This record gives sequence, structure tokens and C-alpha cells, in this order.
Amino acid sequence: MKLKRPSLLSRAVRLERRIDDFFDKVVQAGLLFRAALDLYLTEGSSDEYRAKMAAVEQLESQGDKLRREIEAELYQNTLIPDLRSDVLSILEDVDKLINRYEATLFKFDIEQPHFPAEQHQVLRRLLDTVCESVEQVILASRAFFRDIRSVRDYTTKVQWLETEADKLSTRLLRELFRSPELDLAQRMHLRYFVERIDDLANAAEDISDRLTIYAIKRRI
Amino acid sequence: MDISFVIFISSGLFLGWSLGANDAANIFGTAVGTRMIRFFTAAVICSVFVILGAVISGGGTSATIAEFGGVNRIAGAFMVALAAALAVFMTLRSGITASTSQAIIGALIGWNLYSDSVLDTTLLLEIISTWLLCPLLAGAVAIVLYWLTEFALNHASLHLLTQDALTRVALICTGALGAYALGANNIGNVMGVFVDVAPFRELRFSAFSISATEQLFLLGGIAIAVGVFTYSRKVMMTIGNGIMEISPVAAWIVVMAHSIVLLMFSSTVLQQRLLESNLPTLPLVPVSSSQAVVGAMIGLAAVKGGGAINWSTLGKIGKGWMITPLTACLITLPGLFLLDHIGQQEVAGQNRFRLAEQSFPLIEQAGIETWPYRHLVGVPFTSEQAFIDRINGYQPLNPEQQKKLIYFAHQSRFELNYRLYSSETDWLSPEQWQSLQQLKQRSFQYRWQLRHALAEVSTAWQTRPDTIANHQYNQLLEQQYQQLERLLEIPPETTQNASGITTTDNNNN
Repeated sequence: MKLKRPSLLSRAVRLERRIDDFFDKVVQAGLLFRAALDLYLTEGSSDEYRAKMAAVEQLESQGDKLRREIEAELYQNTLIPDLRSDVLSILEDVDKLINRYEATLFKFDIEQPHFPAEQHQVLRRLLDTVCESVEQVILASRAFFRDIRSVRDYTTKVQWLETEADKLSTRLLRELFRSPELDLAQRMHLRYFVERIDDLANAAEDISDRLTIYAIKRRI
Repeated sequence: MDISFVIFISSGLFLGWSLGANDAANIFGTAVGTRMIRFFTAAVICSVFVILGAVISGGGTSATIAEFGGVNRIAGAFMVALAAALAVFMTLRSGITASTSQAIIGALIGWNLYSDSVLDTTLLLEIISTWLLCPLLAGAVAIVLYWLTEFALNHASLHLLTQDALTRVALICTGALGAYALGANNIGNVMGVFVDVAPFRELRFSAFSISATEQLFLLGGIAIAVGVFTYSRKVMMTIGNGIMEISPVAAWIVVMAHSIVLLMFSSTVLQQRLLESNLPTLPLVPVSSSQAVVGAMIGLAAVKGGGAINWSTLGKIGKGWMITPLTACLITLPGLFLLDHIGQQEVAGQNRFRLAEQSFPLIEQAGIETWPYRHLVGVPFTSEQAFIDRINGYQPLNPEQQKKLIYFAHQSRFELNYRLYSSETDWLSPEQWQSLQQLKQRSFQYRWQLRHALAEVSTAWQTRPDTIANHQYNQLLEQQYQQLERLLEIPPETTQNASGITTTDNNNN
């Protein structure tokens, strides 16, 4: 005979799965974002690029739905009353990361910025660093739920990656504004995209800062 | 049941209500305050387990309160309980957390002063020392629990939501344990003064029976439950959010530490185990559950660095500890006066003390010299204080010796008459009952005479040497003696003269 789990625990386990699913969506969106921009730099706004963008859009709406369900369940069943607002804040902030991924891909598709080939390597490094910082902040968020002692390890990495992203974006902007092939309008246009990508790392750092505080609050 | 008893016990019920309103918050306050458990759930669990704790394990602390107070008239018990309840209620209304344990002790001191009884300072000091010991122990237990919990949580790596669910279950279970401990420990405050004067009789059903004391405790438990439902929500919110910001896991540690400490001061089983292991025992005394909670919170705050305590709230609670017993004492004195002189109710039994020649060898055996006051043989006194003052004039006695001398000099009338033989006596062994049959129709003027006669007839009435192994046996025998004496005692008619010395219709043996 299969033993039935008490409702309080089974509800908790169900919600844990949903939270994990939500974080999975963000990680998947990050991988698609990185792959899509790689494609963009190689072949421009192709069908494959648009397919990846559509997948991110779908993940964004699924993430939104999951977040709303989690929030509703937390409030309806008065779960983790002391940390509920912190958890909601984490979920909403992380959800904004997918929105940023999606919005950036759309902007690339609509405005079709043209980065000179000599800047592609730095731009790819910037993308790698930014995506890595988002992945680390997701790991920190997962750790907040499962292993608060590890939160600090991940948030430290996020801070370091954000600094690296700042350095790379500054270097990229400097090169763009010194490039004789680009006129001012193009420089301004590309700056907007570099800053948009770098903002992802800034957002990840903001979340990691809050996570550090929430982890302290989670202690006995 | 006499209608006057219903009126008189109402003050005890009011005190029970106050206890429920105030002290239930110590158990579920942190859980309800942090919204981990709904108030209604907490109130139901608390009520059920308080009643169980009171009925099943309430005897130990009630005996201490009965021994300390010595209240021997129901009108006196009424006023003591009323004063304590009013003191708790007034302190509560002013927004300060009050202690029922301290209120009842304050009220009993008032009764002792009014009835001119000798205050049992040894027991009083023991009780006051537990007030200090209780928060200290709670703090120490909380620190140990904190370390254990932190270790367990770090190694279990539970998901926040699983931990939350388990914490809720733990809070409910520990709350139930805490409520049981509260009932067991604090029912003495509510009903302890009525134990000797309640007119209940044992109720028998086919499979089980409820003793008179258990009925009294059941009533008290129900009063506490009513207090929990009607007034404790506000106090719960204060406890939950007032002293320091506290997480649900910390709330569990606080309630667990509180429950362990209250059980330590209530459990006769634990006392016996400690005695058997040659460890120091704790007195079975009602302690303040508020102090236990505050002690546990201070322990937690100390282990976390001490910065989390809201000292002003703590100061307010400390103020309550001083104000409550003082208020209770000050209400008791005029209350007893009004009841005595305007209400025409006897608030304290007419005690009579007269030394008998035959008691001197026994007094000497108890380690008290008798030669300085032997000439007082046959001189009657109506107040403990007057008697002891006179003795102290000849030979100063310590509190323990005073207690013994009062026992030897306390004169009453104990008749082995139809009342004994027509009542339920299943609390006696067959040998004890047989020896009582042998003394049929005899009467005694002193407790020691009765005890002496019984011990001569049967070994079942003899106390054993004071060793650890015999501790429980002697305690049980003492309870049987006290119950028997209550059944046999017929207070003699007395008249009192202006000097506090009485004339009596009984002749000295």
C-alpha cells in the first residue's frame, strides 16, 4: 500500500516543484538568449533566430503563469508568512530577467543593429559574462530555498561577474565610439544595445544583493 | 452542591480565565504572532491540552500552593483567588504581561498576614528562587535547542517550504506539549487554594473514577480554556511581535524550552528519577510561563549576539513581575477585611495552639529544645503568629523548627466516626483500613496523636527512613495522612478573649 503524504507536506512539495520549474524556465531562456544572439551576430535576424526568440517569448509567458500560481498559493495558504514577501520579491525580480531577455531579442529583431566584425569577440565575451551572472543568480535563488549557506558563494560570483561585465561593456563602448567606420547615429544606436545587455548583469547583481539580506533573515 | 460554593469558586474560575487570557499566549503567541498557526487552531489545541495537563498532572504544584497558603476556609480561598485574578487582570489591562504564579503568591502572603499565620519563609524563598531559576533554565535550554536545531537544519538542507510545513507541525505538537505543561504546572495557581476546602466527592463511572481534586482541576481547566478563547488573541500578538523579531523556527525553540522547563517544575516522575540518580531536584512549584518565555527569548538573543532584544518591552514585563504580586497582596488585605466584617464570612479557620506535655519528647526528637518554654504547657493561642512570637521570646527558632512546633501544638479534634466509615476509602490499603477499624470511635486532639496511634497499630502507617528510595513512599503516605485528617477533623467550638488566648471545651491530654 502506498502511504499518502500529509496534505501540508504534499502542498509544500508541489509548490517546491513549481518554484524549481520557474527557475528552469529562466535558465532555459538564458541559454536561448545566448544562442539567439550568437546566431544574430553570425547571420543576422534569420528564421532560426526568430524561432529562438519565439521560444523565449513562450518561456516568458509560462514563467509569468507559474509565478502567479506560486504567489497565489503562498498567499492563499499563508505559507512561509515571515519570508513570503521576500520570496515574492525574488520571484518577481527573477521574472523580470526573462522579460529583459525577451525584450532585448525583440529589439535586435526590430532595430537590426549592425556591430562591426572586430567588436564581435568582445560582445560575445560580454554576452557570456552577462548570461553567466544570470545563471549564478538563479543558483543563488535556488540555494536560498534549499541551502542558505551556499547563497553567499553564488552572490559573490554574481558581484564579480557584474564587475567584469561593466569592464567589457566600457571597453566595447570605447571601441565603438572610436571606430572611424561608424557615424554618430550608429554609435548611439549600438550603445543602446550594449547598455541593454549590460543591464542584465546589473539586474542580476541587484537580485543577489537582496538575496544576501534575505538569507540572513532566513536564519533561526 | 452548596450554592455558596458556586459563588466562592467563581473567583478561582475568574483567575483561570485570566491565566488562559494571559499565559496561553506564551505557548502559541509566537506561532500565532508570526501567523504560522491560525488563532482558532491554537485556541482549540491549547484548551484541550491545558485541561488534560491540569487533570492528569496538576497534583504536584497544587500541593505546594496548598502547603504554602494553608487557606482553610472557602471564603478566604475565594478572596485569595479573586485578588490574584484582579491583579492579573489590572496588570493585563495596562498592557503589561502579568504572572498568575506571582499574583497567587502575593495574595497568599496577604491571607497569611490577615489571618496572623506564620509565613513559611523557607517555602517562600524556594518559590521565589524558582522565579529566578525558571527564566535562567529556559534560557539555557533554548541555547542548547538552538545549537541542535541549527546543526540539524544545516545538515538536512530542507527546502524552505518543507521546513515551513515541518515547523508548523512542530509548533502544533510543541504547543500541545506546552499547553499540557501549563495545565500541569499552573492549575495549582487557579485551584490550589480550593483543594482543602472544596466539597466535591469522587465520581464513579463503570470503568473509571474522577477524584474530587480532579473535578476541581477540570473546572479550573475549563475556565482557562474560556480565557484562551475570549481574551488571549491580543496578548498573543504582543508576545509574537513585542519582545524581539522572531522566526517560526525560533518560535518553536522558545515554546519547546518553555514547555521543558514547566514540566521540570511539575513532574513528580522526573523528581523521583533525579533523586534516584543522586542529582539535585527541582521543587514542584507553579512557575511563571511568561518568565520561561522571556528567559528562552533572552537565551536565543544572547546566542545570536544580543542585539535583537527589544529591551523596553522586556522592561515592561519585568515591571509586571513586581507590580502583580504587590497588587494581589494589597487587594487581598482589604478584601478579606470586608468579607470578614461586612460580608460576615469566615475567611480563616479558628486555629488553636496549645503545647501538651506528651509532645515534648517528640519535639525533642525533632531536634528542638523544649526546656525554655515548658511552662507554656496548656496555655492556648488562637494565632500561629502569637504562638511563635511567644516561643521566639524564649528561644529563637528557625523557619523549619517553627513549622514543626506549629504541627505539634496545633490543636483540633479528629474523630474516627461514621463519617470515615461511610465514605469511599479506596485510596487506603487494606492494612491501613484495618488499622483504622481498630481505632474505631476514638478521638484525638492533635495530628501527631492520631499519627502516633496509627503507626503503633500498623506498619502501613509508619514513615520509612528518609532515603532516596523511600522518598516517594513517604510522600504518598503524607498525602494519605492529610486526606485522612481532612476527613476526620471536627473544628472545636472556641471562644476568644482579647489577648488572643482562648478557652476551649477540650481538655488537654
